[in-house]
Amino acid sequence: MRPPLQRYRNILDFALSSLLRRKGRNLALISVYTLVVFVIASLVFFVQALKREAHELLAQAPDMVVQRMVAGRHDPVPLAQVEAIRSIRGVDGVQARLWGYYYDPVFGGNLTVLATEDPALAPDAIWIGQGVARSMRVREGDLIPLRGYDGQSTLFSIQKVLPESSELVSSDLVLMAPKDVRALFHFPEGLATDLAIQAGNPRELPTIATKIVELYPDSRPILKSEILRTYEAVFDWRGGLMVVVLGSAVLSFIIFAWDKATGLSAEERKEIGVLKSLGWESSDVLLLKFWEGTVISVTAFLSGVLLAYAHVFFFSASLFEHALKGWSVLFPRFRLIPALDGYQLTVLFFLTVLPYTAATLVPSWRAATVDPDAAMRS
Amino acid sequence: MIELSQVVKTYQAGLATPFTAVDRVTLSIPAARLTVLKGPSGSGKTTLLTLIGCMARPTSGRIHLHGLAGDALPHLAPAEALEITSLPERFLTAIRRRTFGFIFQQFNLVRGISVLENVLLPTYPTGEDHRAVEARAMARLESLGLARHLRSSVDRLSGGEAQRVAIARALINDPAVIIADEPTAHLDSRLSEDFMGLMSEFKDAGKTLLITSHDPIVYDSSLADLVVEMRDGRVVSGT
Ligand SMILES: Nc1ncnc2c1ncn2[C@@H]1O[C@H](COP(=O)(O)OP(=O)(O)OP(=O)(O)O)[C@@H](O)[C@H]1O
Ligand SMILES: [Mg+2]
Repeated sequence: MRPPLQRYRNILDFALSSLLRRKGRNLALISVYTLVVFVIASLVFFVQALKREAHELLAQAPDMVVQRMVAGRHDPVPLAQVEAIRSIRGVDGVQARLWGYYYDPVFGGNLTVLATEDPALAPDAIWIGQGVARSMRVREGDLIPLRGYDGQSTLFSIQKVLPESSELVSSDLVLMAPKDVRALFHFPEGLATDLAIQAGNPRELPTIATKIVELYPDSRPILKSEILRTYEAVFDWRGGLMVVVLGSAVLSFIIFAWDKATGLSAEERKEIGVLKSLGWESSDVLLLKFWEGTVISVTAFLSGVLLAYAHVFFFSASLFEHALKGWSVLFPRFRLIPALDGYQLTVLFFLTVLPYTAATLVPSWRAATVDPDAAMRS
Repeated sequence: MIELSQVVKTYQAGLATPFTAVDRVTLSIPAARLTVLKGPSGSGKTTLLTLIGCMARPTSGRIHLHGLAGDALPHLAPAEALEITSLPERFLTAIRRRTFGFIFQQFNLVRGISVLENVLLPTYPTGEDHRAVEARAMARLESLGLARHLRSSVDRLSGGEAQRVAIARALINDPAVIIADEPTAHLDSRLSEDFMGLMSEFKDAGKTLLITSHDPIVYDSSLADLVVEMRDGRVVSGT
């Protein structure tokens, strides 16, 4: 038998020089191919990254949030309710949360102002998220004025910029002492924005919610599982849109690949005949075409994926940010945390490389199985 | 020796317009000799070459190779007679690669790659060591006066040079039989004489030569041991 490894190498060498002699055509091909991979990979990376961010957001959320409704609108909760709810069976902990939105007229975005009891926070100081630091162009140690309810500005010193664990979670956050929050918003003493509730056993949450409503008919408990459902509905809807976009991208790519590959030129056909007449087997010809196709598709796949990675994670998916993300105003330079998922890459690989390879092999196989004497005549 | 008996090739057999290009040819081509096939255009010379060279199968008839298959089919002793028309495709390819070297009428060089690469083409699927065959190819190209053109693209060669590249390629796997289809059709008479000079060297080296030609320089040459004349697919003289 012939030594198979050397045969693969020889034919790969020839495939490379064979690709080089049709430089223009193959470069054009790789560019189109790369573009397709780039678009598909960007979409996949982007949706996946958003899902991950949302997941993290929820992981930090309390099991249940209780709001008070007045005339169908969200209203502050009296702190007296904290003790009453804590005494319900199954409730592990109740925190009164104090927070609100602050509109910054200078950069035109909303900030989430949240009270924290953290003893590490210095008096008259605040901690801010990365997004806030970026859009206000401030650093640790800077002073920033925040306009209060009465139009008076108060100066706060920035003690810390929160680390970038998940930007969706902390990007727009401003943490300050409870008394500063109350002063800024003129928020009355004895009231909180809402209550966060922890349960020992999550399965008891619906019962706890029912009891809270019995106790305070004007309250509205919101379960984490309900938020999860809402998120999933939103992502599913977006995901459905993605499937349509992705599907049409893949489809057009297959058409393109098919069109390109089935148009085996007369010269290529003749060349296959010549190779066969020189003692190449059909399988050798197929191996050659397979190498050619693989070099093209793997090059395009790798460059498309790399470009998409840079696009999504370093340039914040700037090409379709506005189409897909509702909160782009909130986060002027929102950055997703880079991550790669082997499963996604595999799916992408099979969606793009396989159709192309199949599309190049089929016509070559047809040409490779004809009698070589056809090469003798032209 | 190559022995043909009652060989028929009908194109489009079974269709509305069948055409018999080779008709009941019985012929012996001696080993280590130069045999010339001559005859008017369309008489079936090229078709007969493709049948002998295992590039196409005859519609009927038998072709035997006596002691020519070399090591193409290792399980056969070299001296044995091999009936090629009934062999599976895989074996035909091996024979094509090991036993026959083809010099085509249009040379059939692969455009865009270098002279050296063209000569190496028949060796790629054999899996032979690249360096060894490359040395062999360079030696052959040098002996054919093509040393300066090793790395040039074949697109820029003159007709005579292109033919010598085709000859080097036909010889790279050291075949027992050299088949040339109208080798002098694109050459002037000086280059044609040069070509015959080369053929005489190969004959001295023990190669079996089979050439089709319209050209008196070929069929009237003193080198020709046997001249077979064809007409309308049939052998009319020379057996
Ligand atoms: N694939 C084919 N289908 C139908 N007819 C064919 C085919 N190939 C060859 N022929 C016919 O077979 C006949 C013999 O062709 P062939 O090429 O063998 O002639 P030739 O003797 O080599 O001619 P020339 O001297 O012009 O090269 C011609 O009439 C040709 O038209
Ligand atoms: Mg001919």
